[in-house]
Amino acid sequence: MENIIQLKQVNKWYGDFHVLKDINFEVSEKEKVVICGPSGSGKSTLIRCINRLEEHQKGEIIVDGMTLDENTKNISAIRSEVGMVFQQFNLFPHLSILENCTLAQIWVKKKTKKESEALAMDYLKKVQIDDQAAKFPGQLSGGQQQRAAIARALCMEPKIMLFDEPTSALDPEMIKEVLDVMVDLAKGGMTMCVVTHEMGFAKEVADRVVFMDEGNIVEAKKTKDFFDNPENERTKLFLSQIL
Amino acid sequence: MSFLKNKVERIDQYLSDHPRIKFVLPQALLFAFLILIVGYFSFNASTNLEARGIDTGFSFLNKKASFDIQFSLIEFDSSMTYGRAYLVGLLNTILVSVIGILFATILGFIFGILRLSSNPLASGLATSYIEFFRNISLLLQIFFWYFTVLRFLPQTENSIVLFDSIYANIKGVYFPKFVWTNLSFLIYGLIFTFVSIYFFNIYARKLRENTGKILPQFLISLGILIILPTLVVFIFGVGVEFSHPKLEIKMGIANYIGGSSIIPEFLALAFALSIYTSTFIAENVRAGILGIDKGQKEAAASIGLTNAQVLRLVVIPQALRIIIPPTTNQYLNLTKNSSLAAAIAYPDIVLVFAGTALMQTGRAIEIVTITMLTYLTLSISISIFMNWYNKKVSLTER
Amino acid sequence: MNKTLNYIREKFFSSPIDAFLTISISYLIYLTIPPLLDWMFISATFSGESKKECVSGGACWVFVKIWFNRFLYGMYPNDEVWRVNLPFGILVVSIIVYRFLNEKYKKYLFLFLIIPFPILSLMLFSGGFLGLMPVETREWGGLFLTLVISIFAIIFCFPLGVLLAMGRRSNLPVVRYFSVGFIEFWRGVPLITVLFMAGVMFPLLLPAGTNMDKLVRVIIAITLFEAAYMAEVVRGGLQAVGRGQYDASKAIGMGYWKSHIFIILPQALKLVIPGIANTFIALFKDTPLVFVVGLLEILGMVNLAKTNPAWLGMATEGYVFVALVYWIFCFAMSRYSLSIEEKLKTTN
Repeated sequence: MENIIQLKQVNKWYGDFHVLKDINFEVSEKEKVVICGPSGSGKSTLIRCINRLEEHQKGEIIVDGMTLDENTKNISAIRSEVGMVFQQFNLFPHLSILENCTLAQIWVKKKTKKESEALAMDYLKKVQIDDQAAKFPGQLSGGQQQRAAIARALCMEPKIMLFDEPTSALDPEMIKEVLDVMVDLAKGGMTMCVVTHEMGFAKEVADRVVFMDEGNIVEAKKTKDFFDNPENERTKLFLSQIL
Repeated sequence: MSFLKNKVERIDQYLSDHPRIKFVLPQALLFAFLILIVGYFSFNASTNLEARGIDTGFSFLNKKASFDIQFSLIEFDSSMTYGRAYLVGLLNTILVSVIGILFATILGFIFGILRLSSNPLASGLATSYIEFFRNISLLLQIFFWYFTVLRFLPQTENSIVLFDSIYANIKGVYFPKFVWTNLSFLIYGLIFTFVSIYFFNIYARKLRENTGKILPQFLISLGILIILPTLVVFIFGVGVEFSHPKLEIKMGIANYIGGSSIIPEFLALAFALSIYTSTFIAENVRAGILGIDKGQKEAAASIGLTNAQVLRLVVIPQALRIIIPPTTNQYLNLTKNSSLAAAIAYPDIVLVFAGTALMQTGRAIEIVTITMLTYLTLSISISIFMNWYNKKVSLTER
Repeated sequence: MNKTLNYIREKFFSSPIDAFLTISISYLIYLTIPPLLDWMFISATFSGESKKECVSGGACWVFVKIWFNRFLYGMYPNDEVWRVNLPFGILVVSIIVYRFLNEKYKKYLFLFLIIPFPILSLMLFSGGFLGLMPVETREWGGLFLTLVISIFAIIFCFPLGVLLAMGRRSNLPVVRYFSVGFIEFWRGVPLITVLFMAGVMFPLLLPAGTNMDKLVRVIIAITLFEAAYMAEVVRGGLQAVGRGQYDASKAIGMGYWKSHIFIILPQALKLVIPGIANTFIALFKDTPLVFVVGLLEILGMVNLAKTNPAWLGMATEGYVFVALVYWIFCFAMSRYSLSIEEKLKTTN
């Protein structure tokens, strides 16, 4: 299988703080990877490097055959192929849910309003909030907002979806509705990188689980292997705390 | 002491047993108190005025003012009425406020944005500017510009000359008056230009929505703005001539005659008001830009918008919502502060009306009331507009 | 070496706009700062008794030196200025001591400072008892007058503002409409017209023959004016205190006044300390406007001094001095409020 995401010897520093240390990591097409680890381990930074919200300082990142570097043209091309879902939803509060979904279609993909609204409604139906399309983000519950954010990302018809702790800011009763949408998406064959603590989700959909600590990838294995016989002491400790 | 406390507690108890009384009594007391105060003041006022032989009423507004006003947007001389003088003062207040608001906004945005710059020199300059000018009394700043800076301008004979046609000296700034031929064509042309730009932008939006085609809206608008008026000027023969101010020496006193002029009082007031208010606007601008969550920009970037699109479609619309309400408040403050004009004898409404006219007529109550009502009307209409605006743009929350 | 160069490039020349800013601002600094320093210090004249000594072309600080007492005390008799210095000295010492006291004594000191102390100070300023020479208010002036006006206006406008804010949120319609009308009226007019009112209109409203002191009229006018602004600030705080606090205080049997005094207001006021400080700063900066009724505070004294025939052309020096005084007071107040805010943030 071909690797759609490829990281080689990636290093990143915040000032003197070494966040990512010699990361080697790859994701093949249609693969679902869950990244977990304690807070501050660099897992969010890692996936934010994949759509270049963060710049790495050393090493090589290749996404869908394009290398990420200072070349800005490349970056918007990559960003419209990589969807991202944030912990804090980050919907645009001054636009309705529908407008949130059509904005980039109109301005980046240069589609007509009709086309983009039709597609947006499709995806909003898929995440089951098509009845909320005319409302503003502030009028929706956390779970609804996060589903809208997923729909907004999907509207760009990306090849890859990145999830940065998508359920951490949600009330417990809303986590399931978001995870259900993500499971559906996974079953539909999307390539996904998910940073999460939801181990139930990992067990259900992930092909592989990656454990990070202090800027290193400590352990990366097939899902069943990862949960059944973790090798590293830190992984074991983490799993015992979280499960 | 304990006796008193007992009493209070019993009253308390009584009142909470009779909610009707608790509701009516304080209001009745306040109402009676207000009536008493107003009655007392009006009684005193009428006896005082009678004793001094001053008659009351607003008939004086139609009487001859018999004083001159140094600077006026409409025609005025001493044969005109107090009512006309009021209008002159009001227009002068509005003029200096509008100019002040314009420059305060420009300066405020510049320094607000500079303050956020990553360049320490730029942010340092902006911080010092803001901290320096906002912490000094506005009146002092007006005096400083008027009595210190503008006094360094040369005497009339040695005016500073800019572009061979603008003369600055201690008596003010003199510049050529524009004498137009076929001015009306130019005005219609300009109106037509703005209307076409407006419709072009609607068309561009429709085109974008229907076909997905994106036109360079800004560039084309700019093109229309330049080309159309130029065409009008050539086709209809719009011409402009300058009537230059000329130096005249009469009885040893030099003066510029003709052209247009700005008096130094206006300059000092406009400088001080713009700079002082801009420090507050700069802080609003800064707060507006900082008030936008970093996540908003990241989310916008993550769906593929370019930096310019992120600014235009996501950052600016949200920042303006934060910036506009407190900034309107500053506009209101600037307008009220323009009343300090009286201190350097710029003929605004306070100086002309509450100063000169009051001195001459002695109608303290009427004149102070009219002056206050004028400002009050201005303030209340702006705040009604603000409430409407806030309701319109406020983000709908759960 | 390379690191410094890199740092400079990153901070000052990271883009063409940045480079342009760096160069033009440096040039601006080069243009303004050296001549300014030269004028203020290097070529300035500090010693001497009259304008004649100022020949060096720099600032003539002799002007400020000679007029110093007038700028500080107005026309207050020179031999009596100790009567001004003493209360202000006590005030400064109290404020410093205040920080080191424990809660109980803090309360006593605070009560002393806001009630008996101002009254005693006023008596000392005016004199006329115990063989103290009477000094009429029209002789008061300079920074002394600035402080008297702002301190008294602050003391009076605070409780009035709190009452108005509560009134605006009251469920008694007459009280509410009165508060709204009162607040919006004063906020809608410029202070200068209010002072005009105090100067020319107010005497007409009092019974014939009563002569209210000009200073008192001015303080009343400024108090009413600033109370409206204070009310809006306090209202913001009251709104921010959660509904739950009202319910909780009602639940433990507290009435309207008790729950406000002991529960709601302490929290609300804490929340709006920066706003209160800003109102005080605005009030302080507004005091020079009292010139319209003929009172001369520090700026007014400078304007008077610069028209003295022996000291013509000294406006700049005078204004720079007043600007410095205002700046120090306002900047200190705003920093002090920031520090209180920070402290409250960390303790909560």
